[in-house]
Amino acid sequence: MSTPAHDTESHPARPARRAVLELTVSNHPGVMSHVCGLFSRRTFNVEGILCMSIGDGAQSRIWLLVNEDARLDQMTKQLMKLEDVLDVQHRGADHDAFLRLEEFFRA
Amino acid sequence: MKLSGAEIIIRLLQRQGTRIIAGIPGGANLPIYDALSKSGAIRHVLARHEQAAGFIAQGMARVTGRPGVCFATSGPGATNVLTAIADAKLDSVPVVCITGQVPTAFIGTDAFQEVDTYGLSIPITKHNFLVRSAAQLLDVIPEAFRIASSGRPGPVLIDVPKDVQKAPVQFDAWPAPGRPDPFPVFDMASVERAAALINAAERPVLYLGGGVIQSGASAAAMRLAEKASIPATMTLMALGAVPAGHPLSIGMLGMHAARYTNVALEECDLLVAAGARFDDRATGAVASFCPSAQIVHIDIDPSELDKLKTAHVAIAGDVAEVLNALLPLVVENERPRWLARVKHLSDKYPPYLPGADDPRTPYGVITAVASLLDDDAIIATDVGQHQMWTAQCYPLRRPRRWLTSGGLGTMGFGLPAAMGAALACPDCTVVSFSGDGSLLMNIQELATAAEENLNVKVVLMNNNSLGLVHQQQDLFYGGRVFAADYRHAVDFVKVAEGFGVKAYDLGQSADPLATLSHALGERGPSLVNVPIDANEKVYPMVPPGAANKDMIGGENYVNARA
Repeated sequence: MSTPAHDTESHPARPARRAVLELTVSNHPGVMSHVCGLFSRRTFNVEGILCMSIGDGAQSRIWLLVNEDARLDQMTKQLMKLEDVLDVQHRGADHDAFLRLEEFFRA
Repeated sequence: MKLSGAEIIIRLLQRQGTRIIAGIPGGANLPIYDALSKSGAIRHVLARHEQAAGFIAQGMARVTGRPGVCFATSGPGATNVLTAIADAKLDSVPVVCITGQVPTAFIGTDAFQEVDTYGLSIPITKHNFLVRSAAQLLDVIPEAFRIASSGRPGPVLIDVPKDVQKAPVQFDAWPAPGRPDPFPVFDMASVERAAALINAAERPVLYLGGGVIQSGASAAAMRLAEKASIPATMTLMALGAVPAGHPLSIGMLGMHAARYTNVALEECDLLVAAGARFDDRATGAVASFCPSAQIVHIDIDPSELDKLKTAHVAIAGDVAEVLNALLPLVVENERPRWLARVKHLSDKYPPYLPGADDPRTPYGVITAVASLLDDDAIIATDVGQHQMWTAQCYPLRRPRRWLTSGGLGTMGFGLPAAMGAALACPDCTVVSFSGDGSLLMNIQELATAAEENLNVKVVLMNNNSLGLVHQQQDLFYGGRVFAADYRHAVDFVKVAEGFGVKAYDLGQSADPLATLSHALGERGPSLVNVPIDANEKVYPMVPPGAANKDMIGGENYVNARA
């Protein structure tokens, strides 16, 4: 799926470094659209998404597994501008949420 | 109190200070219109297309700085208004748009005139709401005004299902009207570093963007320019921030700048960007923009800092507040060498405005209109060659007197935006410079202008062609002009008269200046047709994707002027 169109070199593409963004958001229908739409329209890939409501259900937590590239800082600033995004924390790719989830996705 | 959702909307708009709303009723917003009919305090302007209602709201907002309000019904009403909302997003204009939606129980069933307005408007609004209960309106409406006018302004859309409009709500007290948030606290250490860079610079340039207009920072920018003798260039959005003719104004930069402006930027060693976003039409190939300059970047939107060009000093804050903090730290400096250099450049590569003394040419008609108006006049444009010619040569001297679609470049903007300006400023003369391609995209609003007797003058540069397309095909596609020239010519004088708008044809006039003077002087809407040649070009021009130093056209300035 991620094979480059002109991959004529013999060495495989080096996997990109990953990071996890941990978002605290208002919990209402449409928030996922706001967050995912922001990434897609700024052509920034999201490799994995997890979302669950937290506390009394007024807020949700979203974990986004993303590539750690030069534009991540810009994406974080854009996320902070969304009214429904209350907080953004930058975590390492060794975040438990995705490491443990990977077990479910193994073939 | 017990009121319906629709009544709550209207009362809250009144409490926000809204006195004029542009819109069109339809099945899904009739309860709101019924409540509006009983308001007495709010005047409704019935547009002929929802896109125009959006631009009328923008016109009011651009002139006053306060959120403009527009209404549309569900489905096609909503999709029609979206272009004007996207335009407001890209130019950071505060607009509150309230759309009707099918009843809550019908959402998701492909009901008549149902479209996912919330989903469609996510990428083109600053924020949007789908209201699920009438009680929520008490929070949503003030919140929409707060968001639209806080920080970097922008459009907010509120989608209200019809049953929510009709539902009664019992409540005790009105919420406080939504007001802009306080400005963010900025980093004073960064301001000190910016001042040190300005004090050490030999060849600084101020690069002012639309944020200077939004924040009311024109006076502060001018004081800074004057104290430290810094030449100031403006983006399309910032024209009027420093008055045309001011000794330190070096005019608009970028794709259709005067050549000397781009050359001065090429030579500058410090660029102080204020409320500007390094848009490609301003910078050209961004890697080659101001190649030897350090950069100070001031903007209220932190995501603009370091987005396209890494700043040496980046300050997130209100432009006026930051400039005022910067001012006492900047040392007075007469900078004779740099100012002499800029003067030399402007003598060598001055603005090139052929035909400026003949009102039957593009530059000539713009110059003639300017000579007949004072600085209170409001100037709007559509999008295309006429827009760039006007930007190049209309002597704009005040902020919030220039309305143009910069970011989205929406043809059809000019007439309804000018109408909004005329509604907000009834004593002003509002001129919309337009082209025939652009005018046809919202020409139905001549009916609204006639109905409301708005003091709007359309000056139509008519080449029976999509002039800027024609120009690009001529210059960059081997002269293969295709689908740009119309094969059928519209009689705009007849069309305007059919709408009930007075019309004049400069091509038929024995005394064009007298005709213009008459059209501008009488109250009410009018149209002046100015036939021009489709082969006229906007020069100079930076080819799309090229560096600003690689301008084409207008090389023989001195010869051409002789």
